[in-house]
Amino acid sequence: MNILSLFVVVPVLTVIAILFTGGLKGTRIVAAIGMGVQLLLAAWLMYYYLSLKGTGDLHEMILVSDYNWFPTLNIHYTVGVDGISASLIALTAMVIFAGVFASWGMEYLPREFFITLILLATGVFGFFISLDLFTLFLFYELAVIPMYLLIGIWGSGPKEMAAMKLTLMLMGGSALLLVGLLGLYFYSAPDGGSYTFNLLELSKVHMPYEAQRFFFPLTFVGFGVLGALFPFHTWSPDGHASAPTAVSMLHAGVLMKLGAYGCFRVAIFLMPEAATEMAWIFIILTSISVVYGAFGAIMQKDLKYINAYSSVSHVGLILFALLMMNKTAIDGAILQMISHGLMTALFFALIGMIYGRTHTRDITKMGGLLKVIPFLGVMYIIGGFASLGLPGFSGFVAEMIIFFGAFQHQDLFHRVATILVASSIVITAVYILRVIGLFLQGPIKNEEHLKLEDAKWHEKLSTITLMVGIIGIGVLPLWLSDTIMGSLQPIVDKLAVYLH
Amino acid sequence: MTGFQTILLLRHELLLIVAAVVIIIYDLLLPAEKKSRIIHFSMILFAFVLLLGLIPSAPGELFGGSFQENKLTGFMKDILNLAVLIIFLQSGGYLRKTENAHKMAEFFVLIIFTLTGMDFMISSGDFLTFFIGLETASIPIAGLVAYDQLKSRSAEAGVKLILLSALSSGVLLYGISMIYGATGSIYFRDIAPEITTSPLVILGFIFFVSGMGFKISLVPYHLWTADVYEGAPINITAYLSVVSKGAAVFIFAVILFTVFKNIIHAWESVLYALAVLTMTIGNLFALRQDNIKRFLAFSSIAQAGFILLGIMGTGSLGMTTIVYFILIYIFTNLAAFGVAAAIFDASGVETISGYKGLYSTNPKLSLVMMLALFSLAGIPPVAGFFGKFFLFTSAGSQGYFILILIAVANATVSLYYYLRVVKAMFIDKNDQPIAAFKSSPTMRISLLICSLGIFFVGFISGIFEYIMSLSSMLF
Repeated sequence: MNILSLFVVVPVLTVIAILFTGGLKGTRIVAAIGMGVQLLLAAWLMYYYLSLKGTGDLHEMILVSDYNWFPTLNIHYTVGVDGISASLIALTAMVIFAGVFASWGMEYLPREFFITLILLATGVFGFFISLDLFTLFLFYELAVIPMYLLIGIWGSGPKEMAAMKLTLMLMGGSALLLVGLLGLYFYSAPDGGSYTFNLLELSKVHMPYEAQRFFFPLTFVGFGVLGALFPFHTWSPDGHASAPTAVSMLHAGVLMKLGAYGCFRVAIFLMPEAATEMAWIFIILTSISVVYGAFGAIMQKDLKYINAYSSVSHVGLILFALLMMNKTAIDGAILQMISHGLMTALFFALIGMIYGRTHTRDITKMGGLLKVIPFLGVMYIIGGFASLGLPGFSGFVAEMIIFFGAFQHQDLFHRVATILVASSIVITAVYILRVIGLFLQGPIKNEEHLKLEDAKWHEKLSTITLMVGIIGIGVLPLWLSDTIMGSLQPIVDKLAVYLH
Repeated sequence: MTGFQTILLLRHELLLIVAAVVIIIYDLLLPAEKKSRIIHFSMILFAFVLLLGLIPSAPGELFGGSFQENKLTGFMKDILNLAVLIIFLQSGGYLRKTENAHKMAEFFVLIIFTLTGMDFMISSGDFLTFFIGLETASIPIAGLVAYDQLKSRSAEAGVKLILLSALSSGVLLYGISMIYGATGSIYFRDIAPEITTSPLVILGFIFFVSGMGFKISLVPYHLWTADVYEGAPINITAYLSVVSKGAAVFIFAVILFTVFKNIIHAWESVLYALAVLTMTIGNLFALRQDNIKRFLAFSSIAQAGFILLGIMGTGSLGMTTIVYFILIYIFTNLAAFGVAAAIFDASGVETISGYKGLYSTNPKLSLVMMLALFSLAGIPPVAGFFGKFFLFTSAGSQGYFILILIAVANATVSLYYYLRVVKAMFIDKNDQPIAAFKSSPTMRISLLICSLGIFFVGFISGIFEYIMSLSSMLF
């Protein structure tokens, strides 16, 4: 069997193993083992990829394997990875591994919780290994639906409403996407022959411009909804705030990147002409996402809402960078995907841990927590520094590269948009520092909080896993950047033809 | 043609008639206090009918082309047999109620008779056989709908169905007569080349579509559906929504693809409008239903709209996607109806609000129901996703992307009401949920079959490829 399929098989086996275990203790250990194996696999994949590229391998995709699933429709199960998807797989593996440990004390229906959570992860892994748009779409939808149960059953606050809103908006997005994918399929054989969903073959076909103009917006918006593109971002604050910790981590950390990755890999890459033509519309929308998300975060009092709005802003920046369509900006965008994925997962994990102790997420009701729970507090501050782009952490590297890339465009429109978006760095600093000042520093507002205990071992393991990634990228960005750059080249070459 | 070959060609129909007669005789022989033996006897007997029906036969025609049997019609009859077997397995609990003790056999016999009619309809090679089959199928159903004759809703539903059924048959027959008048034949293969866009043919065609619209419950011909589905016993509702609809859709598509292929542009625009109406209105009405049977009725109207998208694809791809969807729909819808029937038999609850907290007491039933609802909504990895995706592919092959856009928007809306049921079962709290109960072994077997179907029919691409190979022999 192909090694990449293991990324789907291992979670499925984990789910089956959980079915046969009972109780919280057994379940969480099985889940941790399964996701630990997954993390090792991902680490091996990165290592293998880098060593293969070191020997001068020039294939666009590696470990490709193909199975003709529905021969009459030419629908395949095709898997393969390049540097971009391999890094995103590594991100997913880290976040889900940390997520399992962050849910260590899940007492309500633990078996069902871990099964649904791992099913969600299965969808994400499957999405990143797929090269066939049919399987890609299948895994994409697979990742969306467990969300409903996870938020609805294990969430907090107005969870029913949030779960329904999130599910319907994301499914609405995937509905648009479905039409876009069918369009790509039926225009894939202009000279006769059989249609195909294969990403690599599709990239060699030139789709008629008229068709691109119809299908590009559908595909881009379809994926964009998951990337919280303004004005389709409204599911994100409610959904992330109501979701249980591990789900917020996975959702903000990885699922939103699914949207961004799809926008790039499918919409922009396969329909470059329409993408160039219509980029201005989406640049305006993403600029609004970035600035509006940041301002939204300033106004909130609930820690999860703050982080959710901050995610809207940061993922908006990713989409913005992708639309710049040059190598530097896209490289930055992908670095930002990984950086933000780790960072926001860390935030949500910490918020969940703090909430589990204080039973409130309202920053005005907390204060001075740094003195009581120093480990969690320091972690939060480091995460905050990464988020506001302090050098030495991943956020700085990614955002710096994005703005370098965006500024390469000479015309007024791109310049103005870039400056506007860059202003969000300042706003980010405002809300991050405001939060830290309010609830971590200052006097202790609630006497009850003096009794709180600091992080337990599983919480430390969960946060340190993510922290290693954040600092790793910040200090040694080149190895990751190189991984991405190599794979970007063929894509950028194709886009360059259509860029004026 | 030898006698044996004739028997082989008619195997499905003959087996059904024999089964019905055997059940009647067995019922007469049974003493009154042992009548309930008929339930398991019929289930086992029908399992044999299903198995014997699988005997392969070479394609052929009988009675001068009035009856046509080929591999695809054979396959279609097999899956309808499977559906009826599942319904039989699910109806034990309902039939054991005391008020039904004296009429158990009729339940099975009437279903088998109506299925016989449908088999003849599926195999028809001319409009006469088609019409006779359709009527043979319709009349026993009215009896079945009014099976709870002491309940006024059931009796009312029976009357409603027989009246509207007669009306629609009249309309259909009127349309057929016009087509006969225009072309001079009732045989499908003779009519096909004579079909033109003359006013008489078009008028006949409109009447034909209207008549079929009643049977498939397309909007605006759907008004009977909700009342009849609600009034009928739940197992009969399942039969109506799955078997009856599946057979009608199949023959509708066959006639459109073969007889009316010359005026394809005329009927595609008609179907376009019907599809949009059916999906949208079915969905909008399903949003607010609380009775599970009415809910599934409107959901099945919306599903019929999706099936029309498959028909828009025409040719072998269209036919394949329709048959494939019907196969998946059988497992899916019967799983939903099966759970609803099990709950109704045990507790008398048939409202969605009554399902609150079901997962805490009956987790397995809730899971089967959830699987079925996800499959109806077209969520991967269950079979409904594949079924729906291929229906859309079929419409896409003719370039109807706007129609697909409307359809997927509707699919998203439908997710809302399917999730309402999931929410009731899994999320909502209830102080007095339906008590834990153990459903009958036959019910559990039927739900197991359905769940396996929902899980694997999509993944096993061989099933789709097999149907494709059958239909590409014909179209």
